Amino acid sequence: MAITTRVTDSEEHVHSTFGTRYVRDPLPRYKMPEKSIPKDAAYQIINDELMLDGNPRLNLASFVTTWMEPECDKLIMASINKNYVDMDEYPVTTELQNRCVNMIAHLFNAPVGESETVIGVGTVGSSEAIMLAGLAFKRKWQQRRRAQGLPCDKPNMITGANVQVCWEKFARYFEVELKEVKLREGYYVMDPEKAVEMVDENTICVAAILGSTLTGEFEDVKALNDLLTKKNAETGWDTPIHVDAASGGFIAPFLYPDLEWDFRLPLVKSINVSGHKYGLVYAGVGWAIWRTKDDLPDDLVFHINYLGADQPTFTLNFSKGSSQIIAQYYQFIRLGFEGYRNIIQNCMENARVLKEGIERTGQFEVLSKDVGVPLVAFMLKDTTKHTVFHIAESLRRFGWIVPAYTMPADAQHIAVLRVVIREDFNRSLAMRLVTDIEKVLGELEVRANRVATKTHVDSDEKLAKKTVEQIQEEVTRHWKKFVQGRKTIVC
Amino acid sequence: MVISKASSESDVSIHSTFASRYVRTSLPRFKMPEASIPKDAAYQIINDELMLDGNPRLNLASFVTTWMEPECDKLIMASINKNYVDMDEYPVTTELQNRCVNMIAHLFNAPLGDSEAAVGVGTVGSSEAIMLAGLAFKRKWQNKMKALGKPYDKPNIVTGANVQVCWEKFARYFEVELKEVKLKDGYYVMDPVKAVEMVDENTICVAAILGSTLNGEFEDVKLLNDLLMAKNKETGWDTPIHVDAASGGFIAPFLYPELEWDFRLPLVKSINVSGHKYGLVYAGIGWVIWRNKEDLPEELIFHINYLGADQPTFTLNFSKGSSQVIAQYYQLIRLGYEGYKNVMENCRENAMVLKEGLEKSGRFNIISKDVGVPLVAFSLKDSSRHDEFEVSDMLRRFGWIVPAYTMPPDAQHVTVLRVVIREDFSRTLAERLVIDILKVLRELDTFPGKIPVATVEEKHPGKTKLFANKSAEEIGRAITTHWRKFVMEKKKMNGVC
Repeated sequence: MAITTRVTDSEEHVHSTFGTRYVRDPLPRYKMPEKSIPKDAAYQIINDELMLDGNPRLNLASFVTTWMEPECDKLIMASINKNYVDMDEYPVTTELQNRCVNMIAHLFNAPVGESETVIGVGTVGSSEAIMLAGLAFKRKWQQRRRAQGLPCDKPNMITGANVQVCWEKFARYFEVELKEVKLREGYYVMDPEKAVEMVDENTICVAAILGSTLTGEFEDVKALNDLLTKKNAETGWDTPIHVDAASGGFIAPFLYPDLEWDFRLPLVKSINVSGHKYGLVYAGVGWAIWRTKDDLPDDLVFHINYLGADQPTFTLNFSKGSSQIIAQYYQFIRLGFEGYRNIIQNCMENARVLKEGIERTGQFEVLSKDVGVPLVAFMLKDTTKHTVFHIAESLRRFGWIVPAYTMPADAQHIAVLRVVIREDFNRSLAMRLVTDIEKVLGELEVRANRVATKTHVDSDEKLAKKTVEQIQEEVTRHWKKFVQGRKTIVC
Repeated sequence: MVISKASSESDVSIHSTFASRYVRTSLPRFKMPEASIPKDAAYQIINDELMLDGNPRLNLASFVTTWMEPECDKLIMASINKNYVDMDEYPVTTELQNRCVNMIAHLFNAPLGDSEAAVGVGTVGSSEAIMLAGLAFKRKWQNKMKALGKPYDKPNIVTGANVQVCWEKFARYFEVELKEVKLKDGYYVMDPVKAVEMVDENTICVAAILGSTLNGEFEDVKLLNDLLMAKNKETGWDTPIHVDAASGGFIAPFLYPELEWDFRLPLVKSINVSGHKYGLVYAGIGWVIWRNKEDLPEELIFHINYLGADQPTFTLNFSKGSSQVIAQYYQLIRLGYEGYKNVMENCRENAMVLKEGLEKSGRFNIISKDVGVPLVAFSLKDSSRHDEFEVSDMLRRFGWIVPAYTMPPDAQHVTVLRVVIREDFSRTLAERLVIDILKVLRELDTFPGKIPVATVEEKHPGKTKLFANKSAEEIGRAITTHWRKFVMEKKKMNGVC
């Protein structure tokens, strides 16, 4: 008779997770553990550690969607195990992507006939979309130069200094020189005139931003188009425009349909938009649309035989989940044009409430414009006693994550706080935020006065006698400014 | 008295979805619809259309994971709204990624001290990982050539013709020449001897595959390392190796720990592995690890200030979901070394069951080896009457998705069917698949075989009405088979991934 005894196993099943040894043993951080642990323990341990992450919905730094309807969550979970790239095996999912591309292209007034298919692709985000668009421009420019027998080894592109970091990535990784139009105090977007001045024969494209990350402002793409058309007529260089509509692409068509920024302008050859920003989908989907077939050189496109028909693909990523694409399609048919318009209008309204609350404190100056992405960027009128970095830190105690950052060159002396209004940021939250900002200002005021009194008492002492706190604060502030100055990630 | 009657609105909320008008109106396909529709209707319509997709778990074409434990699904859903790149806001998630990188680096025997941090990053998949690794090699090589005062405008990379399409993408997009070592009948991976011969001073690296997509074979990285070291000594070119361990990286350490293919070999400078293949996570995660800091040129790294500390990042994608990174960490601590080993051993066992079932039928040649990725690649011994594409087609009727494809040059005359054994492919399914394949063969035996058009022409030269005596079905079949062969040959990426 064989008796198999496995005492330890039976104990494990009985004990509640917090009664087992698994929450007592330290988890390895550098090496894979030797043994398995029960799934409940694994779930609990990870779930608990993640409690210390910020709350995504209170993350006012991000444009990226943090809430979707439960029905959509169901669809997402159901398709989480579908590898998007298996087009042959998941033809419906592939078709949903194609439908999304068509819908977005029409939203951007791409010059296509009624049943003509558009040129575009779903990506993992605007970074991938921008790299694809940039690659297309680079290749087209190279082909043109080679045909003319001219050198093609020094391509460059013109952008404003307010570009998001992915443009710098593109430039560095794909060996294109980035020529940035510097900002200046009071003018925080790319100046079309300066941009066109900088265009030379090696310029592969000029990139305009619809919805600058720093202040939410829309750049004047029409002015850029007109100036560049004139220059092209003189030089014959045929320099095109790309519009980085990562944020603005799902705002302008609904709120400002008469604003000409898209394919209605003849020099605009490609546009990217983030599905996961105001496309109202969770992180992980972006879209790149080209004006016509000619704007996407064929030697970049890989042709896959899909169900006997040709499915051209042009992406950097290969395997990836299908969930976000399906979620994007859900939003398009669920909301429709009116739904998107309602939501963005609500966002603008709540942004206005927040802006007015902030202005009412009398201590801030608002930099963001009313026309643009629904966000409020504001700076302190008086930065001698405390800075926006202090405010950002103090707000964290209330649970709010509000980023503070300095502007890029040549406006580095300006530091702002920025609150992005997303779909799920309702009016009560806006008013609560104003209240909390006022509280924080009050606290900082008290602290500043305390320090000032101390300084006054020791005023005949030299600088070396500063309080420890003051020195610490100064050092922190300088270090932060230095590091923030290096930091190019505002997103 | 105000009576507000919004009849259409009340109708909408009362009626069940299938009774409402939403399932009657056609959905726009090219333009966004004007009006909103209720969320239930939107859910139902999309859910129903998606029923016509293949079943992911029966998709035997793919290496990518199609099942995870419900506890992990919970974690995934909970973090679906976290944008991974917000490192400042989600420090724990960032740390989980760092822990995964360290664990995988140690799994690959990276030469690190006890508390030295590994150099690596999480990506969206092996494609991004390979592009990052390739970029690092390209930049290193350019810096080296610049320092020597030599031209650096024609970089190339040496691989086998069996590489996955992402290497061709890398080559095309980053302007590197791809020099492919051709395969031959019976030898379907990169020949290390031929590869080293093709290395010249413009070669930025040689890429070996651990787990070829075509037949699951592991390339002999040790041999490549030894040959390349000898050549480097003669030439002084210092050519490095990259190992594309997309599939094999989570198999070899558990099933074949003595196999030297990773950082134990001195010329291996970077390795990529797909978390979403045998890392046992859903699609959307890969990893790339560098040997040490010197192998990743500093100028490619962007520095983010994260919690006052420096967080270097090197990725192509920016915003993306956090779910898969968390899921990978879950798997690493949930399963541990023994868990992964158990899963891989089961896969290998089930692959054997399938292979033996096919061999017993006497109708197939097995192309895949026993050592390698758990998959079975097989071709018909006699494909004169019916070929592998027809078998693949007919299997679809049973629900199975089994891909058929031709080998790349110079073995294009060989066609194979390939079944990938994943974690969730149990023995019962393996046995059922064998039964269904045999059913398909029996059915095909009763159908008329394809008659090559050329044979008819030879037998009846000059006859203008070549097709007069054939049935419509036979003609249709002949045309389809030829067209398919033609298109398959054109298709660079034969749907093998």
